Amino acid sequence: MNNHVKHLQDEIIRSSGVNPKKCMRCGKCTATCPAFDEMEYHPHQFVNMVETGDIEPLLQSESLYQCLSCFACIDRCPRGVEPAKLVEAVRLQVIRKQGANHMTANDVPDKLNEDLPQQAIVSAFRKYTK
Amino acid sequence: MQRIGVFVCWCGSNIAGTVDVQAVSDALANEPGVVFSTNYQYMCSQAGQDMIQNAIREHNLTGIVVCSCSPRMHEATFRKTAQGAGINPYMVEIANIREQCSWVHKDMEIGTEKAIILGKAAVAKVNLNAPLTPGESPVTKRALVIGGGIAGIQTALDIADAGFPVDIVETKPTIGGKMAQLDKTFPTLDCAACILTPKMVDVAQHENIRIFSYSEVTEVNGFVGNFTVKIKKKARFVDETKCTGCGECTEKCPMKKVPNEFNLGMDNRRAIYIPFAQAVPKVATIDADHCNMLKNGKCGLCAKVCAAGAIDYTQKDEIIEEKYGAIVAATGFNPISMDKFDEYAYNQSKDVITSLEFERLTNAAGPSAGKLVRPSDGKHPHTIVFVQCVGSRCAACAEKGKEYCSKICCMYTAKHAMLTRDKYPDTEVYVFYIDVRTPGKSFDEFYRRAVEEYGVHYIKGMVGKVAPQGDKLKVQASDLLANKQLHIDADLVVLAAAIEPDQSARPLATMLTASMDTNDFFTEAHPKLRPVESPTAGVFLSGACQGPKDIPETVSQAGAAAAKVIGLLAKDKLKGNPCIASSNELMCNGCSSCERVCPYGAITYVDKEFRMPDRTTKIRRVASVNEAVCQGCGACTVACPSGAMDLRGFANKQIMAEVDAICK
Amino acid sequence: MNVAYFPGCTLKTKARELDKYARKCAEKLGITLEEIENWQCCGGVFTTARDEIATKLSSVRALAAAKEKNQMLVSVCSACHNVLKQTNHAMQTDEEFAFKVNNYIGEEAYNGETTVLHYLELLRDVVGFDKIKEAVVNPLKDKKIGAYYGCLLLRPNSVMKMDDPENPSIIEDFIGALGAEAVVYPYRNECCGGYIAMENPDSAKKRSTNVTESARLAGADMIVTACPLCKYNLEKNGTDIPVVYLTELLAEALGVKEDDNE
Repeated sequence: MNNHVKHLQDEIIRSSGVNPKKCMRCGKCTATCPAFDEMEYHPHQFVNMVETGDIEPLLQSESLYQCLSCFACIDRCPRGVEPAKLVEAVRLQVIRKQGANHMTANDVPDKLNEDLPQQAIVSAFRKYTK
Repeated sequence: MQRIGVFVCWCGSNIAGTVDVQAVSDALANEPGVVFSTNYQYMCSQAGQDMIQNAIREHNLTGIVVCSCSPRMHEATFRKTAQGAGINPYMVEIANIREQCSWVHKDMEIGTEKAIILGKAAVAKVNLNAPLTPGESPVTKRALVIGGGIAGIQTALDIADAGFPVDIVETKPTIGGKMAQLDKTFPTLDCAACILTPKMVDVAQHENIRIFSYSEVTEVNGFVGNFTVKIKKKARFVDETKCTGCGECTEKCPMKKVPNEFNLGMDNRRAIYIPFAQAVPKVATIDADHCNMLKNGKCGLCAKVCAAGAIDYTQKDEIIEEKYGAIVAATGFNPISMDKFDEYAYNQSKDVITSLEFERLTNAAGPSAGKLVRPSDGKHPHTIVFVQCVGSRCAACAEKGKEYCSKICCMYTAKHAMLTRDKYPDTEVYVFYIDVRTPGKSFDEFYRRAVEEYGVHYIKGMVGKVAPQGDKLKVQASDLLANKQLHIDADLVVLAAAIEPDQSARPLATMLTASMDTNDFFTEAHPKLRPVESPTAGVFLSGACQGPKDIPETVSQAGAAAAKVIGLLAKDKLKGNPCIASSNELMCNGCSSCERVCPYGAITYVDKEFRMPDRTTKIRRVASVNEAVCQGCGACTVACPSGAMDLRGFANKQIMAEVDAICK
Repeated sequence: MNVAYFPGCTLKTKARELDKYARKCAEKLGITLEEIENWQCCGGVFTTARDEIATKLSSVRALAAAKEKNQMLVSVCSACHNVLKQTNHAMQTDEEFAFKVNNYIGEEAYNGETTVLHYLELLRDVVGFDKIKEAVVNPLKDKKIGAYYGCLLLRPNSVMKMDDPENPSIIEDFIGALGAEAVVYPYRNECCGGYIAMENPDSAKKRSTNVTESARLAGADMIVTACPLCKYNLEKNGTDIPVVYLTELLAEALGVKEDDNE
């Protein structure tokens, strides 16, 4: 693992508070994930890829923006690994960079409709924008 | 003045790797009382022991210090060595320079310094040691086995066959335990009842065995060889000596809707019942919670139909007191509750069942007479999903599951899957696993047969959710090897629930002063070398109360526990531990502090006449230690405010001398 | 009895009925919801990263404001409640995080002292469902209502501690107290899609359809929720089952709605 990857891995682990070594590879997170079909990398892969330092593909992946933060993987994991927190920490590594926001104010008007609650907009901004 | 010999062991490189053994023996040679000091590669070897004995004779040693491993390992060895050369075994002190020194240090300088200090402390103690002689106590030649499952049955039979009387105490109305509920047994697929029930009959007919069924242990006093135990025989409202087990009453009782615990509540029994056809003793029991006659005096039908006149509504609980030389814990296990795992919908659908319930469903004597049907509608299931590790290997939070592997689930699930495919080839069977663990004779071959010959679908992955929808169970799972999420419409879902020790084990351990681990399994005296003995002398362990195990392992351990019990009961007298408390009566002020803290009830107070300096006499109340009961824990010596209480072999001044030597 | 109240952004706009009836019903049951001053939007979702400070300040300030008044902090919106409770838990358990956050809080440090309750918990644990049953004037007879928990009310369970996260009963008991029949269906605690409605509406449609189909198959003729975004997603994705807020049901049963119409 080169220094850049090691630094990235340390940052993700520190910011998420997740210890990927606790994972016993049972796959219950991926079994329970409602966004499975929309994700290129699944929750158990996030855990495994962060642990092994294979992080670059995750940074590029659409999967970062398909997680629903429903916490089903967190509650049902038998080892207390909390995969959703890893997904979030990896996403922050991307969108915290200048100009890397996944959603901007200019994108919003197209997505609006008269029934859409404010909650949807602020939540999406919190997830996709820094 | 003592003449002390010091023997420093290298333990190969275990000690010599981080402790300069020559420096240790040299430094200790200059300690007060030391007349001889040496070191050797393996002090516990025959050559090492010979070296000690020769030195004792040559230098007229009165005491020795061995700097070596933990006294738990070889104190007994070196005491015997010393005794062989003619000195009292209690003149031997061990300085533990392995577990407490060389193994925990990496630096040679630091390790050596600490080893010397520990050696000095041991020398200081031996200077104050006095020869001690253990007392003797007789052995009651009768054993108590607590729990009447296959573990307790096997232990009792083996002890009884050796000629010693045994009592089995079982809380349920019959012996047999979990094995009586099983259908077939892996890996040979013998029918559980066919191999168990003959043993149950052997127990019933054995002249050396008494069964206290529907009974529990309520109090244990005494010590190894001399336990006194109180057993509560719960009122079953049926005279065991009269009941013939004809079953007439169990057919006529009008209370038909009592959940049948033997079938895990999947069908009903009457208020008066015999758990199953081969029950031992084959005697009816009235369930007081459901009997109309006992609740409000209306009915009495069972008494009317009983030709033997065995029904006795006035029966009361009875306390029996008996003496035993040895006690065997065989309290067994239970599957854990599935309440905290309702993502699998156990509480939301009747067709989600545990593996033990599956056993009853496939058992010819079970609620469906052995026909595999869905509990909800009695239909034949065409797709069955088995989920492994439900609550096992679960470290997410303490109140949910168990961190350990339950050990038996991989094999019984393979059995269930195989038998299903064998009997119902039209049924698709899926097993979701994290790892398949099959270490056992013919075990892996068995599991492979389920896959290769019977076509069971083994999938590496877990089930995330079971959703009861219509008459299907929608199973959402992962297939990790294919990196897929699977959606299976199942008819039946079977959960391999983790197993845990029976709830009665914890209070029993307290009564026995036997130790337990954090999971409430009994701890063994040594995990490898004394696996069937509790650290509490005279208490032995049999079966799953010590840790999850299958039937072959349980039976092996049951036999091993029996062998240990037989070894104990074969002795006429037991040597006690001479390191026990004694009170200096002249200093005792009669405050009772020691009596209150003694966990063994070894201290009583007596009124004693003392001669005063002016030739008058005075009666004072003083502590008296029962030497046969005292275990030498030392609690009383700490509690005593006047310093009258002291522990032989560990006297206050000996301990202080050790502390002084360390702090010097 | 007065409790501190955090309404949240959506209750001031798209979900006014959720807010209005929450206040009126509470009043009827003897509890005044005292809106805290100068509250700011909670952000809709809790950011789980431990090094996210700024995004959690509005929640901590609301919690500290409730502490000042020595009141419990109540919210009706599932999202607000989730964010407030998770933030409060972080303040109690993550010392480093709490230290950094307290640099932005007033003189007195805040360390998670406030009790955070969802409106449902207020009804169950403070008022009592039996009391509500007594207060009902229009029992919702013949209604078969499916409770929709979604994810925010129950998870993560180690923090929310509201109910059994896999087989909850708090809303079912609430429905029962109002005189209606609660319909239990298996996807009541699965996600509606949430904010993914902005990013990937198809994904939200799949999630929501799953939920409403499950409720329909179980025989529900109405779905009740506490979350405006859940309501939006479920309604937007083609179900004909009406989705209502729990406060609307409560107002109807307590006769508060009629008072309103007069």
